[in-house]
Amino acid sequence: MSERPTRSALWELTSVRLKEFLREPDAVFWVFCFPLLLTVALGFAFREKPPERIPIGIASNAAPQWTESLKKSPALLTRTYSVQEGREQLRRGKISLFVEGEATPVYRFDPTRPDARTARVEVDDALQGGAGRRDVLAAKEEHVQEQGSRYIDFLVPGLIGMNLMGTGMWSIGFAVVNARLRKLLKRMLATPMRKSDYLLAQFFSRLVFLVVEVSVVVTFAWVVFDVAVRGSFLTFALVCFLGGCAFAGLGLLIASRAKTLEAISGLMNVVMMPMWICSGVFFSYERFPDAVLPFIRALPLTALNDALRAVMNDGAGIAAVAPQLVNLAIWTVVTYAVGLKIFRWQ
Amino acid sequence: MSELAISCRDLRKYYPDVKAVDGIDLEVGRGECFGLLGPNGAGKTTTIEILEGLNTPDGGDVRILGLTWRDDERELRERIGVSLQETQLGEKLSVVETLRLFRSFYRNGPHPDDLLKSLSLDEKRNARVGKLSGGQRQRLAVACALVGEPDILFLDEPTTGLDPQSRLQLWDVVEHYRRRGGTVLLTTHYMEEAERLCDRIAIVDHGQRIALGTPQELIAMLDAPHVIEFQSTPALSEADFASIPGFHGATRRSERWLLRVDSLALSVPQLLSAVEARGAKLDILSTHAATLEDLFVSLTGRELRDV
Repeated sequence: MSERPTRSALWELTSVRLKEFLREPDAVFWVFCFPLLLTVALGFAFREKPPERIPIGIASNAAPQWTESLKKSPALLTRTYSVQEGREQLRRGKISLFVEGEATPVYRFDPTRPDARTARVEVDDALQGGAGRRDVLAAKEEHVQEQGSRYIDFLVPGLIGMNLMGTGMWSIGFAVVNARLRKLLKRMLATPMRKSDYLLAQFFSRLVFLVVEVSVVVTFAWVVFDVAVRGSFLTFALVCFLGGCAFAGLGLLIASRAKTLEAISGLMNVVMMPMWICSGVFFSYERFPDAVLPFIRALPLTALNDALRAVMNDGAGIAAVAPQLVNLAIWTVVTYAVGLKIFRWQ
Repeated sequence: MSELAISCRDLRKYYPDVKAVDGIDLEVGRGECFGLLGPNGAGKTTTIEILEGLNTPDGGDVRILGLTWRDDERELRERIGVSLQETQLGEKLSVVETLRLFRSFYRNGPHPDDLLKSLSLDEKRNARVGKLSGGQRQRLAVACALVGEPDILFLDEPTTGLDPQSRLQLWDVVEHYRRRGGTVLLTTHYMEEAERLCDRIAIVDHGQRIALGTPQELIAMLDAPHVIEFQSTPALSEADFASIPGFHGATRRSERWLLRVDSLALSVPQLLSAVEARGAKLDILSTHAATLEDLFVSLTGRELRDV
């Protein structure tokens, strides 16, 4: 027996699959760059802006210490106008309130406008404070606009889930159908290769990319948008792993019989489209009617998104996301079992 | 141990619209190179794929190295090498990566680098498969079939579409493999390939074996060793040939006649006088020694290269 000049078939199949993928620039773009671009675009579009300052005016002949106090207020955007000019600005709605008066301040505003009433409070507060009023009660402020409840925090887990679905299904589905089209599957069937090695290699190479893919988006979201994973890293990894498994299985199932790239593209869209819409990638699926919620929750992407959000935003542990993990595990087992059963090698 | 590398009896494969294989018997001895010769659609590929265990017959009995596909698939897969008619190996992989992948499927076999050397592919070792010429790709495909050191090499139309030089290189590869004792089963529709490589040939048409023997035996089956090919205006009829000495038969190919004769020296002058006697003008006249192609024409009335 001659010395084995190569590693195991499983190793070779996996490494070949990885090399083939990396040598396909288009595929690399869609798997790694596209989700990043999407995160950037959506992240900036829905970025939380600091509360806007209320524009007000003060008459040029008013006491200079009033102007000074008003300009110190972070809630107000204060400009100086002549009396006539200021009233004109107020009438046109360019400013919410105009301060006049020489010894006593006069607040000119339209009390039916909510921003004007807010301006009234803020202006009065600033002027009284400037004139030496001390607050009797020292109140503390707690802002609820915190990490974990912003739109970007909702969005990033959804994007990770959507990405795991898209790349998982496409990369396995396309690779398998392409190999079938090129009669490569048939050629491999003519060797002693174990069929399970071929399918496992698809799966392992997928896992390698999954780690890279998820790390890239998570790191990016953390650095740029301050989106953190609050739960344990292990739980997060487990959720991603099972999500990857479920979609790899679904990709395999869809590719198990398709003979053309057109067929697989159509099938992919039929399967993925409902999940894009219903599984809460961009907005919460709770807005759908109650009657369809159980079906939506049964979808693998819904389970994955829910689990990712729970772990990333709420710091949930394994027990809390157990129902979703079980859902993903069932999808994995069923799709693999059926996919293997009906798999067409030639 | 069975002396036969391949044997099949009464092999049948029927598709709804065609009887692809309709009762073929074959016996291929160890170390033999056996050719299935026939036109496209004759059932060659279906036959070879059944023997390779890639297709299941509707009827008949197949034994490879004395084993059956039903009971000994894994063992057989280790011991045969296959080159399919059209496999597109991964274009993004290099030659050596492809070969290493296929090597990893087999228990035993040569080192990929040694194999590349013996197939004169070592210069292309690190080239991407997508950049190879047709001949190089085909040699790589055969390399993938040889990488498990098979007892039997199955080649389905190994040189179809190749230029003459690539074809010669591939024939060298097959002959080299045979010198080491390997058995080869190949399909082809090139009679010169069959004549050069094969010890024995089965001519196949419409899913049936219509002739079997060594190339010499097959040609000897033709009742006459020479063929006169000619065309005239107006065309002659078969009755006009009756007076030609040593005449054994004629086949009409559109405007041309193919006449099988014993002796050119006797037949040609007589043919010319027959043309003259009819007041016809001779357009084309050529002669050649009978080949497998002529045998096929005389057996079926059609040419090998007809689709």
